[in-house]
Amino acid sequence: MIPAPEGAPNSWGLGDGQAIPWEYAPAPEARDIVTLKERYGLFINGRFVPATGGDTFVSIDPATEQPLAKVARATPDDVDKAVDAARRAQRRSWGQLSGRERAKYLFRISRILQERSREFAVLESMDSGKPIKESRDVDVPLAASHFWYYAGWADKLDYAFPGRIARPLGVAAQIIPWNFPLLMLAWKIAPALAAGNTVVLKPASTTPLSAMLFAEVCVQADLPPGTVNIITGPGEIGMALATHDKVDKVAFTGSTEIGKKIGRGVAGTDKALTLELGGKAANIVFDDAPIDQAIEGIVNGIYFNQGEVCCAGSRLLVQESIAETVIDKLKDRLSTIRVGDPLDKNTDVGAINSKAQLEKITELVASGVAEGADLYQPACDLPDRGYFFRPTLFTNVAQSHRIAREEIFGPVLSVLTFRTPDEAVEKANNTAYGLSAGVWTDKGSRILAMASRLKAGVVWANTFNRFDPTSPFGGYKESGFGREGGMHGLHAYVRLEDR
Amino acid sequence: MVTNGRGAVARRDATNGTAKAPASRIEVRKTYKLYIGGAFPRSESGRSYLVKGADGTPLANACRASRKDVRDAVRAARKAVPGWAGKTAMNRGQVLYRVAELMEGRRDQFVAEVAAAEGLREPRARDVVDRAIDRWVWYAGWADKIAQILGSSNPVAAPYFNFTIPEPTGVVGVVAPETSSLLGLVSRLAPPLVSGNTVVLLTSEARPLPAVTLTEVLATSDVPGGVVNVLTGLRKELVPVLAAHVDVDALDTWGVPDALRIETERFAADDVKRLSRRATTVDEARFDWLDDRATERPEWIAAFLEMKTVWHPIGT
Repeated sequence: MIPAPEGAPNSWGLGDGQAIPWEYAPAPEARDIVTLKERYGLFINGRFVPATGGDTFVSIDPATEQPLAKVARATPDDVDKAVDAARRAQRRSWGQLSGRERAKYLFRISRILQERSREFAVLESMDSGKPIKESRDVDVPLAASHFWYYAGWADKLDYAFPGRIARPLGVAAQIIPWNFPLLMLAWKIAPALAAGNTVVLKPASTTPLSAMLFAEVCVQADLPPGTVNIITGPGEIGMALATHDKVDKVAFTGSTEIGKKIGRGVAGTDKALTLELGGKAANIVFDDAPIDQAIEGIVNGIYFNQGEVCCAGSRLLVQESIAETVIDKLKDRLSTIRVGDPLDKNTDVGAINSKAQLEKITELVASGVAEGADLYQPACDLPDRGYFFRPTLFTNVAQSHRIAREEIFGPVLSVLTFRTPDEAVEKANNTAYGLSAGVWTDKGSRILAMASRLKAGVVWANTFNRFDPTSPFGGYKESGFGREGGMHGLHAYVRLEDR
Repeated sequence: MVTNGRGAVARRDATNGTAKAPASRIEVRKTYKLYIGGAFPRSESGRSYLVKGADGTPLANACRASRKDVRDAVRAARKAVPGWAGKTAMNRGQVLYRVAELMEGRRDQFVAEVAAAEGLREPRARDVVDRAIDRWVWYAGWADKIAQILGSSNPVAAPYFNFTIPEPTGVVGVVAPETSSLLGLVSRLAPPLVSGNTVVLLTSEARPLPAVTLTEVLATSDVPGGVVNVLTGLRKELVPVLAAHVDVDALDTWGVPDALRIETERFAADDVKRLSRRATTVDEARFDWLDDRATERPEWIAAFLEMKTVWHPIGT
């Protein structure tokens, strides 16, 4: 440990893991830019309609546990209506447009998202619990650029598939999770519409509101009614949608468990299927890595979005010779992480998305302690209300521990060590998942060698959790199949005919 | 093909496809075996089944593989993945091209067997075999090209070099077409192989013999043992075992009978296998394997690839 100079604040965090964080004055983002309705209907055929039977459920703010709005609880009848509307639009309006015209609608949507970005960011943080700086700087801009990117493909499909004619599949059923509600919506809807499909989208039941606001954007953009339909409700409604007779394509992002159920549900049909499922990514740090940069990358890798990220770097594999240094520095860095109000611009880690998720994280962390790993949490204050969890670090983790095997989907990092590159690869690949991986080293040849040996769909070298609409994303093994983003993302939404 | 008076199976002469009764010389018959890990074992179960020609004449006994044979084949295929996927693409292309060279040398034997199995007249059987050889050449040529067609560099809005490359999925289970015993099989076997996957293949149940002869070609070409493993036997016994095996990464269900389709795909979903399916609207028995446009498709290679995207920082 390096002693701090006389009179220096202890918050410099130089080595003992006990640094006192700087004081930050509250810097809350104003909520009044968002005008919430008391209740939201289902968005079917360009209009908001109540669910058949009129049932609703409440979406709450996980940071305050206060209700935000009532949302319609769709029934199987509503699924029928939404799919019918989508099918009609695919046959009569959207499906009849030229790529050039479809492109202009998608550019419009992208522009409106940019124009209303503040509103979307605030609403997203209110409904999901994610820090405003992330919804503002990551989720919303990426969602807008996703529509922008695929807008340009709509009239250039011939160039994406040489020798083939790309036809739309028809109606796409799209089911998305609660961790990036608007961004996942964009990942699903943009390529589907670009290729001429129409969609029925079901957002997660804890985060339906940005999708409702997006429905308003569709109206504002004069999108032909039925092109985008959004239905809200519990998981069973998602399953009813995925297995609906008149659906041609199913795209699901969520847990591996549900992904497998959907796979079973569509067995024996001609529905096209893409799955983006769970992960347990290894973030591998070699002894020649730029350490301070790596520390930031590790922190971003696991504490970004409270660790509620399918590609989170939840297993840190650090080379044995530098393990002690890395762990010390990580503990220091953790003590400066600000946990609290998602709407505060200084917040690094916001609220856990739901009570159920908080319970799951708590249970898995308890299992880590029970199985003998060493727990470290910084001594930060948590708000009195809301679903919060301290950034957590486990050392002395064995590969057999649940915290090293199961996807926690929370701000919990398990640290393991290795000696040789072979051992790092062996450990990194020792999982049923294969979504992402990170490699930290100064040596370019080692990066490429590791990248080719890691069984993961995305490999980040000297960075982590980077996303871009041009960059294909998706898993190996039980992390799913199919890619979203880039030219490869189009493939999931087309049927190729011979020229 | 004839049977002798005591009901035993007599073998069709491989060189001219005509039936010959033993005369001055007693013919040396061929034993049709499984092909696992580069070796030719019988089924560990000791079982066999009688294979008949299209006209109903008995042709030979084939091994009736067991679930244990499936597991052995998957183990052999898994073991062969690093070596095969690790070869240079050009080398893999040359190895596969050599398979076509050796098929060419056994052309007459294939013609005789396909004619007997599928009930084709000689000119048609010759056409089928020629096309199977040519198709093998067509796919072999993709080995060092497919990454250039399907890969990309991606212009991300940040200082990173971002590229996407295809990699083989791993171990692929292929349920070969039931009707087209050689051409259909070659058309479905070559695509996963060319990119570096290893394969466990279930032959046509009723027409397995040309596939077994193909294994003899594979064994004497430079395809490493374990890269292709071929099992003969009953679909209803073997398909569910292959589909449920957690060390099979992807499944080609082209030849899965309609009655087994749902069960097979459900098993595959249980460990998120990649599926390459025949559309329910396509009748397996009527599919035209002689149609080059329909059967020579980079998409069939792409079905057994994983796209890997790498972010590499740009800086000084």
